[in-house]
Amino acid sequence: MNTILYPVLILGGLGAVFAILLSVASNVFAVEVDPLIDAIDNVLPGANCGACGYPGCAGYAKAVANGEASLTACSVGGEPVATKIGDILGTDAGDIEREVAVVLCQGDCETAKEKFIYDGIADCRSAASIQGGSKACSFGCLGCGTCVDACDFDAIEIVNGVAIIDKDKCVACGKCIPACPKDIIEFVPYDKEYIVKCMSTEAGKDVRQSCSVGCIGCQLCVKACPKDAITFDNFLAKIDYDKCINCSICAGKCPTKAIFPGMTKKEQMEMEKAKELEEEKIETE
Amino acid sequence: MELTKILISTIFVNNYVFARFLGICPFFGVSNKMDTAAGMGAAVTFVVTLSSIITYFIQHAILDTLGLQYLQTIVFILVIAALVQFVEVALKKISPTLYNSLGVYLPLITTNCVVLGVAILNIQEDYNLIQTIVNGLGASAGFVLALLLLSGIREELVIADVPESFKGFPIALVAAGLMAIAFSGFNGLV
Repeated sequence: MNTILYPVLILGGLGAVFAILLSVASNVFAVEVDPLIDAIDNVLPGANCGACGYPGCAGYAKAVANGEASLTACSVGGEPVATKIGDILGTDAGDIEREVAVVLCQGDCETAKEKFIYDGIADCRSAASIQGGSKACSFGCLGCGTCVDACDFDAIEIVNGVAIIDKDKCVACGKCIPACPKDIIEFVPYDKEYIVKCMSTEAGKDVRQSCSVGCIGCQLCVKACPKDAITFDNFLAKIDYDKCINCSICAGKCPTKAIFPGMTKKEQMEMEKAKELEEEKIETE
Repeated sequence: MELTKILISTIFVNNYVFARFLGICPFFGVSNKMDTAAGMGAAVTFVVTLSSIITYFIQHAILDTLGLQYLQTIVFILVIAALVQFVEVALKKISPTLYNSLGVYLPLITTNCVVLGVAILNIQEDYNLIQTIVNGLGASAGFVLALLLLSGIREELVIADVPESFKGFPIALVAAGLMAIAFSGFNGLV
């Protein structure tokens, strides 16, 4: 009889002792949890994939409840989850503007000059450690694809020496932003077409010397903008996306085409093709 | 003298990760960044040392007197699980940042074989209480050392020119293997 009774008593007793101690501990170390966080956590897929940029679903739930994260950041759950979170928070998921990451540089192999030929490890962080990179412009995309590796959604591609983010594939997880040693990736509202794709704060003359598509600080766009959405600081134009109405006037005025529609890659390729066709036409004429 | 021997032995010669190959899951899981590795190390140290002490008393006071040695594994796991739960609850309150960065690896300390390994080996080697504590501390110090070394290497590996097929885990495994070989150089020290 004892051979059965003792093990049961010991295991049960130890379990009970630990249970009491733990319940005391959980009271002593109680953390007040926002009920919202639990509610949001319950509707999340629970994949803990980290695609939203937070450590697991619980981390994301907390960030959403605090208003730090976008409702639509969960790419696994997609729209149904976003609407459910919207219901919990009492806001419409559509109210929250979708953002996408954009590489603020267009200096590709043709338009940007090189200081020297970089032949080292194909990684921007390593390239940036030598004289800030091989591009003559110290704000330029190095094109080694560190952001491409950081992206879990295949949204980034290096085209002609510059990283381009496909805005339809981008889920705004933000993983590419810290990956870029040049800090030239930023979030921009999805529906804004016109973006100053240059980060150079050098004077106009220096910008022109190193790159033909940089912002030279001419301020034509600032004067042209009908909504006063463009400000100018440190030889660089900046668009206030709250005021921007996608009117395209600034892009038309920009002499270097540093303000350029934030198109998807497909659109860009189509446009390039059209441009080539046009050039061929001129040549044949 | 005996204690120093135990300490040196568990940290270098019989390092639980490199010589006994225990605790490999958190060893690879949280060795991406130095600071999370240090946090994990601290949590493991706490659990290992405390569980060695508690299991020592349970073994000698309860299991041995009643002749129920066969319950060792399940009772020890119970102790470890309770301790980990305690660490989790406490850490959530004390350092939410660390709690978040450790993520799923924190409850996984329960199944970290270093913890159970130390507790069982303490009994097998017939250590007294002081020796048990020293062995627990040494084992966790060895684990922390391994974790910090690998995380330091992995931080550098991120920017190294690693062939495509070796990127990420494969190269980490290779690095860990080389470290294990290097640690085997301590053989015969004690």
